[in-house]
Amino acid sequence: MNELPQQLANGLALGALYGLIAIGYTMVYGIVQLINFAHGEIFMIGGFGALTTYIGLPSGISLFVAIPLMIIGGAIASVGVAVLAERFAYRPLRGAPRLAPLITAIGLSIVLQQLVWGWYPDAKKARSFPEFTGESFKILDNLIIQRADAFVLVLAPLCMLALGLFVSKSRNGRAMQATAQDPDTAKLMGINTDRIIVMAFAIGAAFAAIAAVVYGLDKGQIQFEMGFILGLKAFTAAVLGGIGNIYGAMVGGVVLGLAEALSIAYIEEIPGMQQLGGGAWANVWAFVLLIVVLLVRPQGLLGERVADRA
Amino acid sequence: MRNRSLLILTAVVTTGALTLTACGSRDDDNKKSDSGKKTTVIIGVDAPLTGSLSALGQGIKNSVDLAAKTANKTNAVPGVEFKIEALDDQAIPASGQANATKLVGNKDVIGVVGPLNSGVAQSMQGEFDKANLTQVSPANTNPSLSQGDNWGKGEKKRTFKTYFRTATTDVIQGKFAAQYLYNDAKKKKVYVVDDKQTYGAGLAAIFAEEFKRLGGAVAGTDHVTVKETDFSSTADKVKSSGADSVYFGGQYPEAGLLADQIKKTGAKIPTMGGDGIYDPAFISASGESNEGDLATSVGFPVEKLETAKKFITDYAAGGYKDPYAAYGGYSYDAGWAIIEAVKAVVAANDGKLPEDARAKVTEAMSKVTFDGVTGKVSFDEFGDTTNKQLTVYSVKGGKWTDVKSETFKD
Repeated sequence: MNELPQQLANGLALGALYGLIAIGYTMVYGIVQLINFAHGEIFMIGGFGALTTYIGLPSGISLFVAIPLMIIGGAIASVGVAVLAERFAYRPLRGAPRLAPLITAIGLSIVLQQLVWGWYPDAKKARSFPEFTGESFKILDNLIIQRADAFVLVLAPLCMLALGLFVSKSRNGRAMQATAQDPDTAKLMGINTDRIIVMAFAIGAAFAAIAAVVYGLDKGQIQFEMGFILGLKAFTAAVLGGIGNIYGAMVGGVVLGLAEALSIAYIEEIPGMQQLGGGAWANVWAFVLLIVVLLVRPQGLLGERVADRA
Repeated sequence: MRNRSLLILTAVVTTGALTLTACGSRDDDNKKSDSGKKTTVIIGVDAPLTGSLSALGQGIKNSVDLAAKTANKTNAVPGVEFKIEALDDQAIPASGQANATKLVGNKDVIGVVGPLNSGVAQSMQGEFDKANLTQVSPANTNPSLSQGDNWGKGEKKRTFKTYFRTATTDVIQGKFAAQYLYNDAKKKKVYVVDDKQTYGAGLAAIFAEEFKRLGGAVAGTDHVTVKETDFSSTADKVKSSGADSVYFGGQYPEAGLLADQIKKTGAKIPTMGGDGIYDPAFISASGESNEGDLATSVGFPVEKLETAKKFITDYAAGGYKDPYAAYGGYSYDAGWAIIEAVKAVVAANDGKLPEDARAKVTEAMSKVTFDGVTGKVSFDEFGDTTNKQLTVYSVKGGKWTDVKSETFKD
């Protein structure tokens, strides 16, 4: 069992990444009931935006200076694309049957992927991304936290805290809650709901950009295809935690990440289950967990039971 | 309302159009007929021209193109003008099958070079066999493609008479890797990981069996999923197993990440793989040093072969945008094998292409023998290459460097 702390750390770091991306799914869903399947690509574009920023910076610059700038650069790219997508792809379809924006989102996701593939220099292969240099942190004999993992484990809770404060305390945040609860009444109370919706897309995209920088720093590379699987996982995390609830996104992400890490490490040690363990089955176990949770709590771990809006 | 449906329509059309332009074929319309009285023979090419394996695919396409252009320039087959038609399979078996059907449907296609992936080849073989159309893969290494599913039990049986390859099989490659790792690199305890694909899982199994036969131990096995990127849990399992080396059956996108993440756990052990990881992208895509990681690949390094000098010069002169990559030499030879077969068929038919050219070419293929870029090219009774040269490469100073080249002896 001596690798347990290490596997827990792996799961937490992976889960925090899922959680950061899942915020985008959950915020947009909470306000306009749209599953924005292009969000994985928004994440990917955040990564390429950050890489472009890094390339533009003078070489030899310290990562501690570069990272905030990369996050800003990535966020400009991802927020820009998300806002444009909202304005030109989703807003015209707001009154349409729900399937129409869903299919649009899937189409948009393919378009964005192909645009980056086709137009970003050398994006046809993985592009290398700056990485932390220096030793990993040795906490215990059997627990080594890599710098990139430590970074996400500190950054993700801070981001969540900031978002939580924003939503519950600020004027815009309360307007956001009101819009989520009842868009029509919110509008009657003088809230510019269009602006609130754009804001939800923008916040989700900014979190995706942070996630993309974290991903790049950890893996040392970004790929034009990376948004697909991670987007799917993050969406799963959002559903697991209760879609529409921002804390649920983070909780769902962490639970999903831990489930994956632990199933890779331990399922095969259960007698008779050797064939069902390892990396090949991690996704299966993650989804088994999702199904079990949804059977017991259909609204997700932290989701609230809401009457279906007409 | 009218306005809205118009918008939906625009969105759908734009989406479709953008997708099509981005991944559409770019060689479909090069059939401008300026060949005079010459008969046009098209050599089909199927490879991943887009997606993460496109670096290899573009190299294959360009090398076949070079073979066709060289044949035209030197008038290798009098009265015949060679052209290529390259289709993109994106390394997806279903796309490969669709492309196979498309190539079969074009009666000018007399032979096909490709595909890159063994899994894609499986879905294409049947289509070509029905149509009697010769297929020469420059890169497939899975043994069952030519020797049947029961090759491991000693029941070798040729499955498709139209299937040939210029790359040697994983039986040889896997054993060669195990022998190098055990005898030369002196590693005794290996952790085996594969990507569950036809190529990767097959290669890893052959490697593991030979490694155990030599006396080594397999510390554990695991599998990863293609296109996933977080292998840290698998990496930690490798570390705690106490293995002194890792063997990965799969392609470079996953291999680069896995090797990197294993090193980041603090386990300073080399990762070894097959020709699927022998690509500069394996090194460039991962920030952590890959120093000491190993790969086997089919054939001798093209740059070091006397026979390949002309190919390299011609390729450079051809002005191709992408490098010829790992399979360039094999692709050129695959294309040239088809050209040789066409030549034999045309010569036997008074200098004209016969009506049943496809069947005749398939027949002629088994007798083809010539000195190609990669050495002597000929095919055995299964359609496999008789060339059993292999090389071990190691990452040194951020580059693949060949450390051992040998003709495999069982």
